[in-house]
Amino acid sequence: MKSTSRKNNKIRKKGFFKRSLKRDWQLYVLLLLPLTYIIVFKYVPLWGVQIAFKNFVATKGIGGSEWADPLFKNFIKFFSDYNFWRVIKNTLGLSLYGLIAGFPLPIIFALSLNYVRNVKFKKTIQMITYAPHFISTVVIVGMLLQFFSTRTGIINQIIMSMGFNEINFFGTKGTFPHMYVWSQIWQSLGFSSIIYIATLAGIDPSLHEAAIMDGANKVRRMWHIDLPGIMPTAIVLLTLNLGRILNVGFEKVLLMQNPVNLNQSEIISTYVYKIGFQSALPQFSYSTAIGIFQSIVGFILIVTFNKISRKVSESSLF
Amino acid sequence: MNYKETGADKAFTFINYTVLTMLFIAVAYPLIYVISASFSSSSAIIQGKVFLWPVNFNLDGYKAVFNYASIMTGFANSSFYMIVGTSVNIALTVMIAYPLSRQNLIGKRVISLMLIFTMIFNAGLIPNYLLIDKLDLIDKRAVMIIPKALNVWNVMITITYFRRTIPKELLEASQIDGCDDFKFIRMVVLPLSKPILAVITLFYAVEHWNAFFDAFLYIKSASLRPLQIVLREILVQNQISMDMISSIDPENLAVKENLATLLKYSLIIVSSLPLMLLYPFIQKYFVKGVMVGSVKG
Repeated sequence: MKSTSRKNNKIRKKGFFKRSLKRDWQLYVLLLLPLTYIIVFKYVPLWGVQIAFKNFVATKGIGGSEWADPLFKNFIKFFSDYNFWRVIKNTLGLSLYGLIAGFPLPIIFALSLNYVRNVKFKKTIQMITYAPHFISTVVIVGMLLQFFSTRTGIINQIIMSMGFNEINFFGTKGTFPHMYVWSQIWQSLGFSSIIYIATLAGIDPSLHEAAIMDGANKVRRMWHIDLPGIMPTAIVLLTLNLGRILNVGFEKVLLMQNPVNLNQSEIISTYVYKIGFQSALPQFSYSTAIGIFQSIVGFILIVTFNKISRKVSESSLF
Repeated sequence: MNYKETGADKAFTFINYTVLTMLFIAVAYPLIYVISASFSSSSAIIQGKVFLWPVNFNLDGYKAVFNYASIMTGFANSSFYMIVGTSVNIALTVMIAYPLSRQNLIGKRVISLMLIFTMIFNAGLIPNYLLIDKLDLIDKRAVMIIPKALNVWNVMITITYFRRTIPKELLEASQIDGCDDFKFIRMVVLPLSKPILAVITLFYAVEHWNAFFDAFLYIKSASLRPLQIVLREILVQNQISMDMISSIDPENLAVKENLATLLKYSLIIVSSLPLMLLYPFIQKYFVKGVMVGSVKG
């Protein structure tokens, strides 16, 4: 009895699939090209990740190169690399600095904007603060170099007009993290606030009305209604940011690097790039291993934080 | 809602406006300064006379930019990569997002999981480079377009939008009228999806126009270089070919050097202009686009 019904099920499923194929063939035709793209450009490179465990020789290809002995040779090499701690420290340092300084600001900005009644003022502020998001990284670094340059830079001209000595910002040790993080915040503040602005717009206005009836002032309403309202969104974004904690803006750091700040600006991804492409003897296997290390740590951080936030706040990414 | 502000509320409103105004100035000032500097005379910039508005208004910087051959080549190349690249992006995004937004498509779940997986795991620099090398795309125009043919994040936003705004009844009704899927997409889905198409067009266009690293890694020939590579040479590495500027006959080296500074400000404006012109038209769709994108699953 049971087996026949299962058989029938199978047949029905098969028939269902056939019918679906016949009915939706146009949809499958549409999927063909994009799926080919995903497989070729996202999945085929994943197969190439194995060179992290091999002694990759270009002429032998990915499959033909021999396995490293020991298998984790390239990873061990990274852990014992004299640059290891410096690179980890810089990556985490920049990332945490950026997160601590940059994460609350869009929230405060959105909360603040939410209490502006003057529509024109609000629209103008939004229009201008979103704009820097569209400026390219190269131009941002170019602007930094112009603004902070000695003699001709506006910052030094202001400093000098106040009677102080000019500062060679790019030629001084220790200035790099501040310039990097604050220019990042300048660029992204407005655009990152959009999601909070959207969430705030979705808060039920009757909550505010009830609170006003109870005599709550704006500060209290912000604290007891708006802030809890955007908390779930904030936590999801924080989780995502933590997962990317080792992926500091690679392009920007690479562009901002100079011999003076290298001690502070060498991060995992720039190191991967240099090992892979700039050294006299490109070490593809070693470079890939460092990249994998970075992804795994990011993944572990995301999963861990997700677990914590689910326990603490009942809102989580997955 | 009308109600009388109490003393505490008045104080709050005052502080709120003050903080916002300060933030506004902090973001706007560098932008205004760059614009003003680009229209000023080079000597005014060097002497620190430019503070808010242009001093000795003139267009020397812009003349220098438009006389600089490699900037113009970069501009043309970037425009090409942006227009062709974005068209490919939009086509592929609709092609994958529409089928995945249909409830009863077999295999939908598997494909969706495949997409999400690519957002979490990335093979990294070297395996990607080896693939591009193997496909013989290095130093070809196509390398600026094909490897970036789809952005999974934009696909996700589009799927959610389709699912939310194209009612099932509409599909059923048009199927009864003898409409096939291709026709349904053309006649119903696309016209109903203008807001999301506008938003992802902007996102893709920005990605292409600002693309730097791909070109840095894969493009070797000067004639194929996008603008960002030229910008890096001039703005970051300070490699300005004086011969290019000489068409405005500066008499001595100091003048040339000043002109180089001015050129940088004008270049920043010219290179950012295309996106800045596009963006106000699409800004009104942002909140909607972000809202859709923020929904889980």
